[in-house]
Amino acid sequence: MSVTDGNGGASLKIEGGCILDGHGGETDNTALLIRDGRIAALGEAARQARADETLNADGCVITPGFIDLHCNLREPGNGQKGNIASETRAAAHGGFTTVCASPETSPVNDSGAVTHLIRDVAASRSPIHVLPVGAITRGLEGELLSDMAGLAAAGCVAVGNGARGVRNSRILRRCMAYAQTFGLTVMFSPENQALAADGYAHDGLVTSRLGLLGIPEVAETTAVMEMILLAEETGARLHLSQLSCARSVEMLAEARRRGIAVTADVAMHQLLFTEEALAGFDSRFHVRPPLRSERDRKALIAGIRDGVIDAIVSQHQPHDSAAKQAPLAATEPGLSTVESVLSLGLELVELNELSLSELVRALTAGPASVLGRQARVAEGEVADLCLFDPEQHWTPDTDTLVSVGRHAPITGRELPGVVRLTLAGGKVAWQQPAN
Amino acid sequence: MTANDPSPHHLQLTRDGQLRHFLTLDGLDRELLTDILDTADSFIEVGERTIKKVPLLRGRTVVNLFFESSTRTRSTFELAAKRLSADVLNLDISTSATSKGESLSDTLLNLEAMASDMFVVRHSQSGAPHFIAESVTPGVAIINAGDGRHAHPTQAMLDMLTIRQHKGRFDGLKVAIVGDVLHSRVARSQIRALNVLGAEEVRVIAPGTLLPKDVENLGCTVEYDMARGMKDLDVVIMLRLQKERMEGALLPSEREFYRLYGLSQDKLALAHPECIVMHPGPINRGVEIESAVADGPQSVILNQVTNGIAIRMAVMSMAMGGQVAERQQKQGKGAQA
Repeated sequence: MSVTDGNGGASLKIEGGCILDGHGGETDNTALLIRDGRIAALGEAARQARADETLNADGCVITPGFIDLHCNLREPGNGQKGNIASETRAAAHGGFTTVCASPETSPVNDSGAVTHLIRDVAASRSPIHVLPVGAITRGLEGELLSDMAGLAAAGCVAVGNGARGVRNSRILRRCMAYAQTFGLTVMFSPENQALAADGYAHDGLVTSRLGLLGIPEVAETTAVMEMILLAEETGARLHLSQLSCARSVEMLAEARRRGIAVTADVAMHQLLFTEEALAGFDSRFHVRPPLRSERDRKALIAGIRDGVIDAIVSQHQPHDSAAKQAPLAATEPGLSTVESVLSLGLELVELNELSLSELVRALTAGPASVLGRQARVAEGEVADLCLFDPEQHWTPDTDTLVSVGRHAPITGRELPGVVRLTLAGGKVAWQQPAN
Repeated sequence: MTANDPSPHHLQLTRDGQLRHFLTLDGLDRELLTDILDTADSFIEVGERTIKKVPLLRGRTVVNLFFESSTRTRSTFELAAKRLSADVLNLDISTSATSKGESLSDTLLNLEAMASDMFVVRHSQSGAPHFIAESVTPGVAIINAGDGRHAHPTQAMLDMLTIRQHKGRFDGLKVAIVGDVLHSRVARSQIRALNVLGAEEVRVIAPGTLLPKDVENLGCTVEYDMARGMKDLDVVIMLRLQKERMEGALLPSEREFYRLYGLSQDKLALAHPECIVMHPGPINRGVEIESAVADGPQSVILNQVTNGIAIRMAVMSMAMGGQVAERQQKQGKGAQA
């Protein structure tokens, strides 16, 4: 299989396969014509059309390109952990055509100048779309409001606190009111810093047995409740990032029933792993928020199934090896996940915990709606597409991962689902190498 | 779903079930723990000889790698290694390499380059000896001398040896652990050891602020009231209380703690008349325990210290034996191939 880069009006026809549109629609064994960066025709019209190249997609699933609401690209700064070019290429390998870049860079993305820098580098070096998320407070220090008007003007799609808390409720309230002024969605990772203190693992059975410092559930749930109440009062559009607790899902559902504008996401690893992953002091599974109990994991999956949680994110955090080579407490939190999100999701499908269409929705239509966008496979739409073979398997290992971060959740284990082609704006962002 | 094999077997035991490292009591069975106690029993006599030495670790290098200071534990490990005829190097890492910014991995590489055979590790972070055991070259044994809040397996085993000496058994015993269970690596190892060895009941007695979440899941019952908790006890183990627990808003004052949870003669009188009193040391007299009790006839605190050397000799010789056996097995296989 070979595909041209889509420039200069080259056209591509994809025949066969099954289109899942992310809204529950499914079309089997159809055809799709891409021309000038857009989906020019579907079905019989596409089948009859002439194209520069034709790709046989038998056995494959074709979906809108995946959208990641939380991805750390590490640039500017932290070049030893990754950069925009390396991490967006890794994202394309994982089927993503759009990633929201976390503001946790060095310097922090708290000004229009940094946002412009990220966009400029992305424009020249990223094969996919990069949407910067600005810092909600200056330096992400939780004390002074950031220049939100400037961030919005420079192209930030939302403002957030990365993975850091905001210590002071009064400042939190003002952040929301100010963001609401500019129509910016506020993306908050809920954590009460005083309750989380020095913890780095779920405060539960494994923590008690191994003597690890715990982060209790209430560190998240009290923050979720506070943020929901403040969103209700200020009218801000709130997005809760990276939920980890069953009780948070309940509060989210209740808030939605009351008509509060709140959406949420969960990291894929929270759907698959529990606190037990730390039982051997395995620093790869040191993540924040921490992996919690089986009860929490099941509630998060139920939240995806019934749509209370809108999106699954990678929460990709590439690190250099030194960051993870130390006793657990001294390691840095985070997993290199952007390449394995789809495969881990397909494991959940194999376990009958999620349906394939629920998985695709949480990776496409769900996150798109959080951003006020659409992700559809329809005539006239921009050709942001992912084509994967669910029956093909691969084994992530430290030599073959594209990301600079090599601490993937399951290295050395065979996983289902290989991305054969990622098209962003009709251009090839990733193509499975020919054997 | 778990991501990896959390069992310490793959790390701590050889394929034949011999000790290779000694990191935690988790996953070790009654037979192995009894073996350790029996081996330690046989070493007690060495300490009573004029020349207190056996040649089991002759020519071996043992490095006491203490990232956290501890005079008592380090001294007993040093004595144990010397009584086994090993060469001993004491390194107080808390004031040397790592304070200059060197990573733990780099420190280890340097020490390994000095051809060490065994590291005795004390570290303030839970799991540090596990990390070291996974990082070192095969053939080097790691002995945990206390890590964070996780485990202090040799301390727990010397406590078990002391209990066996005085009670002759574990079946049917009622044992209480009193005080700061939350921060105690010793308590976690003791609870595990007592459960494996067959104690009838392990009770923890403490205020809610000094107990880990869902502590019952570790294999114990919880009692907040000391008077109720002392009832029918055969063994009471007092834990050390750090002064910073008051500043961390875990306790209002030492005085209140002593009033409620300190072991006085009055409270001890509520236990079985032959109840023994233990403490891992160093003791805060008048905070955890009344002097009259610490020095009284039911106290076995100094026996614990003596037994510490025998237990450490047992564990060091067994781990070295496991490493040697595994190396020979590998070499044998290599020769066959």
